[in-house]
Amino acid sequence: MKKILLVGNPNVGKSAIFSRLTGVNVICSNYPGTTVEYYKGCIKFGDEKYEVIDVPGTYSLEPTSKAEEVAVEMLNQGADFIINIVDATNLERNLNLTLQLLKRNIPVIIALNFWDETKHRGISIDIKELEKILGVPVVATCGRTGEGIKELVNRLKEAKSKAYDFVEEKKWNEIGKIVSSVQKLSHRHHTFLDRLSEISIRPLTGIPFALLVLYLTFSTVRFIGEGLISLIDPIFNNYYVPFIINIVEKIFPVKFLQDLLLGTTPKVMESFGILTTGLYIPFVVVLPYMFSFYLVLSFLEDIGYLPRLAVLLDVALHRLGVHGYTSIPVLLGFGCKVPGMLATRILETEREKIIATALILMMAPCMPQTAMIISLVGHYGTKYLFLIFSILFLVGIITGFILNKILKGETPELFVEIPPYRIPYIPTLIKKLWIRLKAFLMEAVPLIILGVFIVGVMDVLGITDIIAKFFGQPIVWFLGLPKETVSVLILGFLRKDISIALLSPFHLNIKQLIIASVFMVLYLPCVATFFTLLKELGIKNTLKVIFMMLSVGIFVGIVLNLIL
Amino acid sequence: MDVTQLKEGEKAKVIEIIGGCGLIRKLDALGIRPGVEITKISSQVLRGPQTLQIGNTQVAIGFGMAKKIVVEKIK
Repeated sequence: MKKILLVGNPNVGKSAIFSRLTGVNVICSNYPGTTVEYYKGCIKFGDEKYEVIDVPGTYSLEPTSKAEEVAVEMLNQGADFIINIVDATNLERNLNLTLQLLKRNIPVIIALNFWDETKHRGISIDIKELEKILGVPVVATCGRTGEGIKELVNRLKEAKSKAYDFVEEKKWNEIGKIVSSVQKLSHRHHTFLDRLSEISIRPLTGIPFALLVLYLTFSTVRFIGEGLISLIDPIFNNYYVPFIINIVEKIFPVKFLQDLLLGTTPKVMESFGILTTGLYIPFVVVLPYMFSFYLVLSFLEDIGYLPRLAVLLDVALHRLGVHGYTSIPVLLGFGCKVPGMLATRILETEREKIIATALILMMAPCMPQTAMIISLVGHYGTKYLFLIFSILFLVGIITGFILNKILKGETPELFVEIPPYRIPYIPTLIKKLWIRLKAFLMEAVPLIILGVFIVGVMDVLGITDIIAKFFGQPIVWFLGLPKETVSVLILGFLRKDISIALLSPFHLNIKQLIIASVFMVLYLPCVATFFTLLKELGIKNTLKVIFMMLSVGIFVGIVLNLIL
Repeated sequence: MDVTQLKEGEKAKVIEIIGGCGLIRKLDALGIRPGVEITKISSQVLRGPQTLQIGNTQVAIGFGMAKKIVVEKIK
C-alpha cells in the first residue's frame, strides 16, 4: 500500500483535512499541538489503496519537542507522497517548511488551507504563479467544509520531488521573493474577533476576561449537566427501574442472580446491581457532565482561547516549574486524565512532563469523578464542593512548588503561536464531542459495569467483610472513615467514579465525604491512567509518581481528618 | 533596545538575536529573524511572556527570550 504523509506547521488544519480525506474522525482544535501522535487512515483512489498518515505539526525539520520528533521520524521512514498543508494566511512562515520538504526525495503536493479566510483577511494569492515557481501542484483547500479536497486527490499523481532548489543560507531571501511575487495584501479593518483577541491577551483586560471565561465555563458545565440529569433521572427511576425489576424477576427466579443484577435495596445508588447502579452511574450521573464539559471545552478549543489562557498563566505556572502551555493538558485532564497526559508531549523536558503529570493527577479530578462528587456532596451545599476543589487545587500547587525545588533543571520559556480567533464550525464541534463521548461509552462504561459486578461478587462471597476486618483499621484511625470503605479504596484503581459511588451506602457525614472524595482523587491513578503513565514516563518515573500520589493522598487525608 | 522595552502597539525592526543557535533556529522557524518588522501586542506583568506579531502570525515568547531580541523602533 502506498503511503501519504500529511505534513505542515502546527495548527494549519492537518487533522481536518485528514478527516476529510479518510473519513476517520480525529480531534481537531484551534491551537498548536492538538495532534501529538500520528493517526492512520485509508483512501481508495481508482484501483489503488493509499495509507494516509496525519503527522503532528512541526515548524521545521529540526525538532524541538517530542511531537515534532515524531513528525521528523515519520518523514525519515519515507513515504510515497507528502501532502504539505500550508496556512494560506501565513504563507511566508509556512513556506520555510515547504522548501525543506521540497529538498527531500519524496513527491510533494501543496494544499493551501484556510483559503476561505484569506478573503476577509485581505490576502490574495496567485496560485498558478506559486505552482509555477515551486514546480509542484498547489491546491486551495478549506478543511472544514471540504472545499478543494477532491482536486487535491485528483492531482496527487502530479506531485514532484526535488522540484525546487535553493541555497540553505539564503532561504529567507528565496521565500521573500516567492511571497512578493504571488501574494498581494490589501488593507483591512480590525474585526470584532481581532479586538477580542487584544482584550484577552493584554494583562489589564485579559485577567478579568479569563476569570469571566472560567466562571462561565464552570456555571455552564454545571447548568447543562444538572439540567440533563434532572431530565434523565426521573425517566430512569420511574420507567426503567420498575421495568427491569419486573423482567429480571420473571426470567431469573434465582435470588443470587437477582441480587447481582438488581442489587439488594431498591435505592438505585445503593443497590449495586449491574442493571441498576451499573447503568445509573455511567448514563445518569456521569454522561450528562461529560457531555456538558466537553461541549464547553470543545467550544473554547475551537474558538482558540486556550493558548491565550496559557500566556496569562505563564508567570504563575513558572513558580511550579512549568510554563503556561501546561494549562492545556491540565484543562484536558478535567475531562479525562488520559488525553491530558498525552497532551504533555508538547512540553520539551522530562522534568516538565513529570511536574505537569503531577499537576494533572492532583489538581484535576476527571469528569466522572467530579460528577460523582457533585452527586454525593452537592446536596449538602455548593460551598462543600468549592471546599473540595480548593483543597485539590492547593495540594496541586504545593506539590508543583515542591517538585520545582527538588527536581534539577530549568523551566524552559514559553514559546507558542497564538492562533487567530475562529468562529467554531458546528459540525466539527459536534463530531469532536461525539469522538470524546464515544471513548467514554466504549471504554469506561464496560469498566464501570465490571466494577459493579466485582463489588457484587465480593459482597455476596463475603470478601468485602474479610478485607474490611484485616485492613480496615488504618482507615478508621487515619482518615476517620468506616472500615468497610477499605474495599471501596481498592476498587478505586479500576475506576474512580464507581469507587466514589460506592461510598453512597455508607451514609457518610459531610466531613467524611470531603476526606473520602479528596483522598480518592489523590491516592492512586485509575488503571487507564496507570497504563498511560507507563507509556509516557516509563516504569521508574511511573512508580515515583504513584508513590508520590499515595504519600500525598495519605498525608492530606490525615491532615483533613485532624483539622476539619 | 530589546523587545521587552517596546510598548503595546509599537512597531520595530529586528536587528540581532543574541543567543545560541538553538534559540536562533527556534525563532527563525516562526519568522523572527534580523530584518523583519514586528509589532508588540502585549506584555504580561512580572516579567511574563511577550506577544509579538510577525506578518499574520502572533507568537508569545518568554521574557528571557524576548530580552535577547534586539530591535530598533520604527516611528
